Amino acid sequence: MAVTDTDATERVEPQPAAALDPSLSPAAGHVEHMHTPVPKVIHHAAAAPATIDQVDRAPRGVKLAKISRTGDRVFRALATTAGLSIVLLVLFVGIFLLALALPSLRADQDNFFTSRNWTVSGADLAFGIAGLLWTTVLSSVLAMAIAVPIAVGVALCLTQYLHKRASGPVSFVVDLLAAVPSIIFGLWGLTVLGPFLAPAAVWLTSKIGWIPLFSENVDPKGSVFVAAVVLAIMILPIVSAISRDVFAQTPRDHIEAALSLGATRWEVIRTAVLPYGRSGVISASMLGLGRALGETIAVMIILTTPAPSSPFSPSIFAGGETFASKIANNAAEFDSPSKTGAYIAAGLVLFVVTFAVNAMARIIAERGGAKS
Amino acid sequence: MSAATTTDAQVSFRRPSGVRTTKNAIATVYVFLATALAVIPLAWVLYTVISKGIRLVLTQEWWLQSQRGITPRREGGGAYHAIVGTVEMALICAAIAVPIGILGAIFLIEYAKGTKVARAVSFTVDILSGIPSIVAALFIYALFITIFGLGRSAVAVSLALVLLMLPVVLRSTEEMLKLVPNELREASYALGVPKWKTILRVVIPTAFAGIMTGIMLGLARVMGETAPLLILVSYAVGINFSPTSDTMGALPTMINSGRDQAPQLPGYERVWAAALTLILISMLLNLLARFIARASKLKEK
Repeated sequence: MAVTDTDATERVEPQPAAALDPSLSPAAGHVEHMHTPVPKVIHHAAAAPATIDQVDRAPRGVKLAKISRTGDRVFRALATTAGLSIVLLVLFVGIFLLALALPSLRADQDNFFTSRNWTVSGADLAFGIAGLLWTTVLSSVLAMAIAVPIAVGVALCLTQYLHKRASGPVSFVVDLLAAVPSIIFGLWGLTVLGPFLAPAAVWLTSKIGWIPLFSENVDPKGSVFVAAVVLAIMILPIVSAISRDVFAQTPRDHIEAALSLGATRWEVIRTAVLPYGRSGVISASMLGLGRALGETIAVMIILTTPAPSSPFSPSIFAGGETFASKIANNAAEFDSPSKTGAYIAAGLVLFVVTFAVNAMARIIAERGGAKS
Repeated sequence: MSAATTTDAQVSFRRPSGVRTTKNAIATVYVFLATALAVIPLAWVLYTVISKGIRLVLTQEWWLQSQRGITPRREGGGAYHAIVGTVEMALICAAIAVPIGILGAIFLIEYAKGTKVARAVSFTVDILSGIPSIVAALFIYALFITIFGLGRSAVAVSLALVLLMLPVVLRSTEEMLKLVPNELREASYALGVPKWKTILRVVIPTAFAGIMTGIMLGLARVMGETAPLLILVSYAVGINFSPTSDTMGALPTMINSGRDQAPQLPGYERVWAAALTLILISMLLNLLARFIARASKLKEK
């Protein structure tokens, strides 16, 4: 009998340390309804009309095992450090890139944002990012324009058309596309896809070459067009995976309501599935865009680098250099700080642009999530 | 009455009008066409790489020899040096990224859930997962080579890869910790087990399979990265185990350094064989990740 009694007391009695400081209690912040004071008060109410504080300090005759809280403090500190170090890491990336780019930016004799010039060797620095920005944005936006409609189609097919047994393997295959390293896409794009798409590029130029975007077929194999198609293939699994998850969460009620009104399958998608998943799809597209903007090696392998003095061509069938491919192409020549600083400045712009795009994707996703 | 129902009764079960049926048919054709279009590239890439690289990959010396003393015009040699480099850099990266990633996820779920700090950390993790590999490489270059004055090395590559692997590990760990039932934690607390021991002995083992999946996917991602290798280390054709030396082979740089050769040369075939080796490693890690995820006890709702 006595054993059971002590047992019961021990179970009810909270840890002294934990009782004094609720934040030390393992249950703190986890379960709101599990107030520790409740059993405490009941237990001691009959024994002595003392204040709760006094009772806590003197657990009269009940022997409690001492549980060390050192482990908790250390572990909590470790986890917090890890969490905060990630914030610091991202801050550092911005700060260090800016710090190293500033001297070169000050010495820059051209306008950094409007010049297409890139003279970084020697004493006189004259460089600007206009050309890089154009090729980067053109290839990424084109890639998004190709990938998003297909990815949405894939996501709809997997969630609304195919039976679960068939959609599993198909989505597995589409996801596996993301497992192919980008350098292999680059190699394949240059040697296989480029020659394959060349006739289409020639044909397009001959038909609608009067539009500047499709003019002068400089290099059908190493063009922005081929790079954009390869980028589209690379971002397709990202966009389709997120769209798929969002479409799959469409409330069953919405779909059945539409069906009960006699909607065809397409009308169900248009009135229930697409409105529900819109913010998710937009967010996924932004993530894909961010990935395309920063893609390095595939674009570097495919794009033909134009001669430094060649005139600017807005065409998607011309070669060019993106931020990432420019930096990677010249990585072996980082010898003087001023020269390195110019490339770091380009990297900083890329960082800021991808930061903005990813932040936007997150905000859109959160807004959409809050609404539904 | 019975004859009239089909034409003008209140309830009509006619087929949808021609326009609507046509639109529906077009949509059906479109989604299946899109799916077919999405599957083609993978099959095409795999076919290209396998058909061009399989002959060398099946030979024994491909896995056991390096490229030391082999010129593009000569047959022979293997990718051992590059495989060693790729695996070594990925493992050093994992040794740093995995503990920070798991601890960061524990912070987000077990300690700071719902707080403003957690939101800020979660936001920066999203930003980190979107950082281009070339920016990560430039950051490490700026920090280690320009500011600290250290030379290029394989360790620098590993550090740049940490930035890319960290968000993958953290996010998948976080998702798994969310799925661990709260009852398990409460049961452990009720027995008087401190919180840190509860996390290490109850929460983490329950979520272990999911965490492994994240690590595998993270490894697959960093092994295929090329940009940090281009900026932070020089390609070596010989076998080198030392992570602090400034040259080391790796599969992506092996492909990159040989890709300009004429297609008739034996060296060109080795580029495709290296590509096939890299795909094999990456696919294997992905399949393993999926297999572990499927065998996991925790299921998403």
